[in-house]
Order: sequence, then structure tokens, then C-alpha cells
Amino acid sequence: MAIPFSYNFRNVIQRPVATLTTAVGIALTVAILIGALALASGFQIALRQTGSPANAMATRKGADDELSSGVSRETSDILRARSDVAAGPDGRPLTSSDVVVLTYIPRLGQPGGSNVTIRGIDPSALALRSSVHIVSGRMFQPGAAEVIVGKRISTRFAGCRIGDKLRFRQEQFTVVGLFDADGSGFESEIWGDNAVLMPVFRGDVFQSVTFRMKDPSKFEAIKKELEADPRLGIQLKRESDYYAEQSALLAGVIRFAGVFITLIMAVGAIFGAMNTMYAAVGARTREIATLLVLGFSPFSIMVSFMTESVLLALCGGVIGCLLSLLINGIQTGTTNFQTFSEVAFSFQVTPQALVTGLIFSGMMGVVGGFLPAIRAANQPLARALRAL
Amino acid sequence: MGVFSLILVNLFRNKRRTILTLLSVTVALFLFCALSGVIDTLNEAIHVGSETRMVVRNHMSLVFPIPLAMEQQLAAMPEVKSVAIQNWFGGQDPVNPHNFFPQFGVESETFFPMYAPDLDIIEASQPQGGVRAPDGMDPKLAAYMAEQDAAVVGSELMAKQGWKLGQTVTLNGTIYPGSWPFTIRAVYRSKVKAFNSQVFFFHYKYLYEKSEHQSQAGIYKVLLRDPSQAAEFARKVDAQYENSANPTHTETERAFAAGFISMYGNLPFVIRVIGLAVVFAILLIAANTMVMAVRERTSEVGVLKTLGFTDAMIFGMVLAEAAAITFTGGLIGALGAKKMVTGFSLGGLLPPMTVRWNTVWTGVVIAVLIGAVSGFIPAWQASRLRIVNALRRVD
Amino acid sequence: MGSVQVRNVKKVYQRDKQQIPVLDGISLDVAEGDFIALMGPSGSGKTTLLNLIGGIDQPTSGDVVVGGTSIGKLDGARLAKWRSRNIGFIFQLYNLIPVLTAQQNVELPLLLHKMSGKERRERAQKALGVVGLGDRVTHFPRQLSGGQEQRVAIARALVSDPEVLLADEPTGDLDRASGEEILGILGKLNSEYKKTVIMVTHDPHAAERAHRVLHLDKGVLSN
Repeated sequence: MAIPFSYNFRNVIQRPVATLTTAVGIALTVAILIGALALASGFQIALRQTGSPANAMATRKGADDELSSGVSRETSDILRARSDVAAGPDGRPLTSSDVVVLTYIPRLGQPGGSNVTIRGIDPSALALRSSVHIVSGRMFQPGAAEVIVGKRISTRFAGCRIGDKLRFRQEQFTVVGLFDADGSGFESEIWGDNAVLMPVFRGDVFQSVTFRMKDPSKFEAIKKELEADPRLGIQLKRESDYYAEQSALLAGVIRFAGVFITLIMAVGAIFGAMNTMYAAVGARTREIATLLVLGFSPFSIMVSFMTESVLLALCGGVIGCLLSLLINGIQTGTTNFQTFSEVAFSFQVTPQALVTGLIFSGMMGVVGGFLPAIRAANQPLARALRAL
Repeated sequence: MGVFSLILVNLFRNKRRTILTLLSVTVALFLFCALSGVIDTLNEAIHVGSETRMVVRNHMSLVFPIPLAMEQQLAAMPEVKSVAIQNWFGGQDPVNPHNFFPQFGVESETFFPMYAPDLDIIEASQPQGGVRAPDGMDPKLAAYMAEQDAAVVGSELMAKQGWKLGQTVTLNGTIYPGSWPFTIRAVYRSKVKAFNSQVFFFHYKYLYEKSEHQSQAGIYKVLLRDPSQAAEFARKVDAQYENSANPTHTETERAFAAGFISMYGNLPFVIRVIGLAVVFAILLIAANTMVMAVRERTSEVGVLKTLGFTDAMIFGMVLAEAAAITFTGGLIGALGAKKMVTGFSLGGLLPPMTVRWNTVWTGVVIAVLIGAVSGFIPAWQASRLRIVNALRRVD
Repeated sequence: MGSVQVRNVKKVYQRDKQQIPVLDGISLDVAEGDFIALMGPSGSGKTTLLNLIGGIDQPTSGDVVVGGTSIGKLDGARLAKWRSRNIGFIFQLYNLIPVLTAQQNVELPLLLHKMSGKERRERAQKALGVVGLGDRVTHFPRQLSGGQEQRVAIARALVSDPEVLLADEPTGDLDRASGEEILGILGKLNSEYKKTVIMVTHDPHAAERAHRVLHLDKGVLSN
């Protein structure tokens, strides 16, 4: 015979102060956990959304990232001429051969600065990377010393608004437009014409060549063919996979640190929950004795108190989830040490994170309630009756 | 028995509750001090590095090299004592591709004398045929100087990779493609916080030769004769190359290092927020405990007042009780943080952590404040309790 | 010194919005060294009267003078101090501190007086000797019988040598034999040590030990 749930529910409500303080302790722990997960997720989502699985990206064989990659003009021409490359609305192949460098720009509102990615693109790159849209100003003129700046860069770094001039080597480039890209990593970049930027930067190699596949399901076959060709010396990845890989290290570090901190905090919160439950058990000696006399088994008493503890903890978990929603969408950015460049992103509280938080709070309730529940169940009936 | 023992006795009345509360304060303060340690470490990292040595890099970013010709020009300047090329190699150990460690091709003749005050050569191979190191260098570097593909490796890196002196290791170049064999000819240990003992140094000449004279300089390290001339020197150099094909950005080594730290962005702020959340959560837990503890003792409070203890005395006793728990818990947590967190470096990703004594004492003070604040309400309630009401609550 | 005068005392309790009159103009004179019993049905206000005499509660109107001091005029801290020197309280349920030993319980009031730890211990031992408990001093209340607990409580009431002892149903929770012992001790404290004793009881047998018996009913005193 199980003790009715309403018994536990009413008890939790009847001790509002104790319930609330314990729940808030758990809530804060859960909020921090979800916050860390949201930070890591936001970072990964930003990068993962960068690039499309329908686009294939070629970099030099063995290069971990674009910066250390070099693709010759010949290779670029060969790739662009292939028949499996889709054509854009203007009939020309949908490709972009990119020159990628970093430039160090001071931050706005914070000391120091960071390296920002500059990408010299083919004019058809906007069609190739369909998530990118100009939101103010205009696209740069091919051949002109003009650039467009990702929305997130213009708000976080100095001198990147429309009309400002950026200095690359000896050349001045005017910012003529701002673009967004569905929250992806491209929003942390500055784009210009590769024909103009190439001589300013590196001379005669590209860092990557990206093209839209006519039939994206043929990717593996294309990859095999291209990687086997010794003239080319390249490796091929889906554009989306390339960027997803770039986020792995930092996301892992953030998650690790977040979980580590949360676990430590959880220990403290669990101690608090244990205290509350022990007090509850102590105060209800007579009730427990009565229940035992009525015929409820010690096991059901134990289950009952565990349920109460989990209920208490879940209250905290829900509060924690609500708290964490407050940071959802907050923008931030950091340097991705894998690529050494700035990535702006926002906290993303995913449904998985919320569920994780709730489950974690439930677990805290189980651990915290376990010993007190055993104590409640083990009360010798005679002793408990003496209290009656 | 004195008043002090009375407080103590009350603490041990419910040992389990006292200990649980104490432990949660310990955990909270441990976390708080550890997080403060991270902030302190990051702040300190901004202040390490020499102010005598300057870094000259391409104005665009570290991604762009600077011409070799610049070296002569820099060396010829009156403020300059010596100049050394330093290039980031960016290679990978094929045996452990995920073990990251920095590698630099440096102009050894000038680099190692420049860094002699900061590192010690603790192990070195014997040179062949009685060859000697050039003047001004640690004589133990003789073998290293004699071979073009030799390397000087940090002691911690040696341990981490399981390498031995004299071993040949091969790295895969990413920026400079190909297979690059090196022979470890010396092991160093760092003497300063500015850099750790996990760096792999080799001859820049090796890079130059193997790249068929294509490679340029990554950055120049410049040792000034007079450190007070640093700012002026930086201005002079940058002005000189302002309109050239490769404008420069010159700064002290300290500023250069600080630039890297600033790349972490808002991290200190986030950490502070977490610290506050932790403190607040524990505050609530401690307060809850005190309220529970005092509520159980209502009739006793009545008895004490009957005997003649004043409201103020009762207030003080409850507050002292709360503070005693949190003080003890906080002390253990703070000291624990200092002991256990010091030296932790997240596998080389962060500079090794320090937790200052300052942080420990701040943590303890915060713990006592938590006790005072959490004990306030129950203390106030107990002091305001009318005797007749207190006594009436006898079960 | 140990005389008690209660002058036209009224006591009204406020519970929520209701006024509950408990004592309605009581006057009482107790001479020094007297032993009186207060009897009456429950709810008659006898405990309230005792609390007023002991300075645990304040009258709504009227005055209480103990040992020449008008305690109605004293404020919180001064009242507490006065109480610690002049009154010994004995409760029906003993009200010992469960986490302190018998010895420590008796020493407790002495913390409020200036004396060394050694002196405190000696005085406590002496008080415990008076009630006949010299050998159980290191036991905790839960290890003592009801009668022994009450004796510890009496020793505690004695230890700061007050002039007046107030006992609220001291034998209410005890069996016959223990109750007799306690009453005997109270009698001794009155006859040998000249303490003024005011005892609230509903047991006529206990009341016989007193010199005078007063009846309190519906807030009114009668002989």
C-alpha cells in the first residue's frame, strides 16, 4: 500500500520557508549547469550552422584549418570547371575561392582585442552561402577597396561601422555594408573581394575553395575522386562538417568546466537538501508512527520521503530552468583557439539542456533524500509509539 | 562551563545538521576561492613578461610574417642590444595528434642569451668532438648549437610526451608542410611565470633551409639596452614602417602576453557571477539551517530568559552559533582551495593557477558574513520571543 | 526582602482581534518567608499570576512589588538582571536543557554573575547537595527520572540564592513518591533556608504543605 502523493505534496507546501530556501539552492546549481551547457551549445550551434552540407570545401591536404591551408590557382580553376558543380541563377558556377587571414582589432567596451577573420570571396559567394544577407548598406563593388562586416563584429569591435575605414597593410578599405547569417560563424567575419584582397595579403594562393554540389548525396564519391588526384593535393569536407569540427575543442572545454563547477556546487546543495529532509523526518516522528500503526510498510515510508525529496528538488530544478531562460539569447564572443579567431555567439538554452537540468535536480533529490528516508523507515515502531 | 561552551554545546546538539551545514559552506567557499583564483591568475598573467624585451609583429595580425631584412635595420638602432627571430611552427606530433604544445623556430644565437635569465638548461647532450657553444650562451647548449635539426624542449613537455634526451622526434608541419625530424639536445626549465616548461624550441635556420629560403620572420624579439625607452622605441619602429609594405606593431612582451589574455573576453565577469550565485545559494542553506535549529529550541530560549539572560544576549548567542559554523566551514573550504587548486593548469590551456592568501582571507570573511546574515533572522526572532509564549510551546 | 505585594493587577491577553481578560484586579500580600499555595480550576489565571510575580510577564495595569522593588517599572534588560538575582522558577515539566549535564544545568544561571569557573562549580555542587543529588551530576536529563530532573531544576532555581521561589505545578508530572520528595524539599527550603515559596497546584494534598492556601477563580482571589 503506497502512501498517497498528496501527503508529500501538502507537506512540502506547508513548510514554505524551508522548501523555498532548499529549492533555491538547487535552482542556482541547475541554472549554472544549464548556463554552461547553453554557452557550449551556443558556440557549437553558431559554428555548426555556418556552412551548408550541400557545399563542399577543399583545403590543402593535412591542413587543420583554413589558415594553414594553401590551394593554388590551378587547383581552384580545375575545381570550378567540374561538371558536378551547381550553377547559380546567372548561369555561372556557384563557387568561391577564399583568401582567409586574421586581423587584430580592439574590442569595444573592453580592454584588449581579438583576431577577426577576413575573407576575400568570389562575388558569387553570397549565393553560395545562402544564409548570408546584407542587412544594411550594400554589397561591396567588385574591384573596389570595400568590405562588408558581419553584424556581430560591428557591434563588438572598434571602427567597423558603415563608413569607417579599416586598414589592411598599406590599403584602406571602407565598410559599405553589414550582413547577418542566421547566427552562424560568418557573422563574425569581414568579407571583401578576393581579387582585391589577395595581392594585399598573401600573393597567389587561396586558403579554400568551396562549391555547391549539383547532387549533395554524391559527396563521398566526389571526395574520393578529388582526394586521390595528386595534382590537386587537397582534402574535401562538407562545409558544415568543417565548421562543426572547428568548434569541438572549445565546446568540450566549456562543458567540462561547467560540469565540474556544477558538480561541486551540487554537493553543497545536496547537503542543504539533506538537512531539510532530516528536519522533516525529525519533526514528523509521530506521523510516521501513526502511518506504521495504520499498516503502511517501512518501505512505503521510505519511498514516500524519497518522493518528497525529489519533489522538493524538482521545484528547485524548475526554478533553475526558469532562471537560465533569462540568459537565453544573450550575446557574447570569445577567441576560438582552434582557429585563433573571434567567434561571436549567443547563449542557447536548448530543450536538451533544460531536460538535463531537470534530471540533474531530480538526482540531487534522490541522493539528498536517501539517508533521511532510510532513517524514517527504520524508526522502530515501539520507540515511535512512545512519542504518541 | 562558560558562555562559549554553551554555544559550542548547541552546535553539537544536532551533530549531523551542524556538519552538513558546515560542509556545504566548505564546498561553497572552496568553489568561490577556486574561481577567484582563476580570476587572479588571469589578472596576474597580464602582468608577467618582460618590459625590457619588445615584440615586433606585422600590424595586421600574427598571421602575417615580416621581412627578414628588417632584422638588420632593427639591430642597427642605438636602443637595441640584440634581435632574435621567433616563428610559430604549428606542428603536430603524429604519435599524439591531440597533445597540443607550442613549437618555435628561433634565431638561437640571439634568442637564448636574451632568455638566459628566464630559463635554466637542466639537461644537455654532450657535444661531439669538443665543440663549444658561442660566447654569451649557456655552454650546455653546445650540442644543440652544433646541429641544425636540434631542439631544446621544456622539462614538463618531456615528461608529458615521454621523450628522452637524444631522442629523434618527427613532427608533421601544418603551416610548413611535410615531415620534420628533430633531435632533442637539451632540456630547459622555466624560472619565471611568463612562460612554462612545455615549449619546443629549434633553430630558425632549419626552417629557412628546409623551406628553400622562402620563410620570413614571424615576430622579432628585441632586447633593449634601457627598458625605460620601451614606449619611445615602439613609436619609432612603428612610425618607420608605417608606410612600407609591412607596417609593424611593436609592444613590450608584457603587453603582447596581455593581448592573448584579453582574447578570453568576458571570462572574469562570468566567473564573478558564478561566484556570487554560489555564495547566495549557501547563504540560503545556512539561513534555513539556523531557522530550523532555533525553532527547535523555543522553550529553551524561554528558560534562558526566565533565568535572566537578556534579549541581547540571546541574539548574540544565536548569531555566534551561525558564525561559528560558517567560519569553520569557510576556513576549511578556503584553505582547501589554496592547497588543491594551486598549480592546476587545465592541461596547459591556462597558466598555472595561483590562489592568493588575500583570497583565502576574503573567503573566510565572506563565510563569517554569511553566518551573520543567515543567523540574523532567527537571532532576531529568538531575542524578541516573549517568555510566556516560548514556554507555552512545550510539547 | 522576600516579600511580595500584588496591587490591583489586571492582565488582558490579545489574541488576534480578541481581548481575553485573565486577571481582573487581583491584590495579594505575601510576607517574607511565607509558603502559600495557589489553587483553582484550569484557565483561572494562576500561572499568569505566578508569571507576573516572577517578572516573566508584565501586568496590563496595576503593580507588582517584590522585595521592595516595583518590577512593573523595570524594562527588559534590567528586569532580566533582577530576575536572575531574585527569583527561582520551578516548572511542571522541569525545562532542563537536554544537551547539558545536571551539573551544567545548575551552573547555567551563574553565567550571569561574575565568578570564576571554579566558584560556579562549587556553588552548583552545593545546590545539588541541598536537593540530595550529589552523585548524579554528570548525567544528562534524559538519563534521570522525573523526580531527579525536578530536583535538578530546584537546584538550578536555588543556585543564585534568590529570596523568592516560584513553583508552577511542581509535582504535576510526578508519581506520588517522587512528588512527596519534591514537596519535602520545598518545605525544607522554606523552613530552613527561609525562602518565600509561592506554589501553584491543583493537588489539595500538595497544598497542605503550605502555610496558606489561596483560591483563584475567574480572575478573582479568595481564601
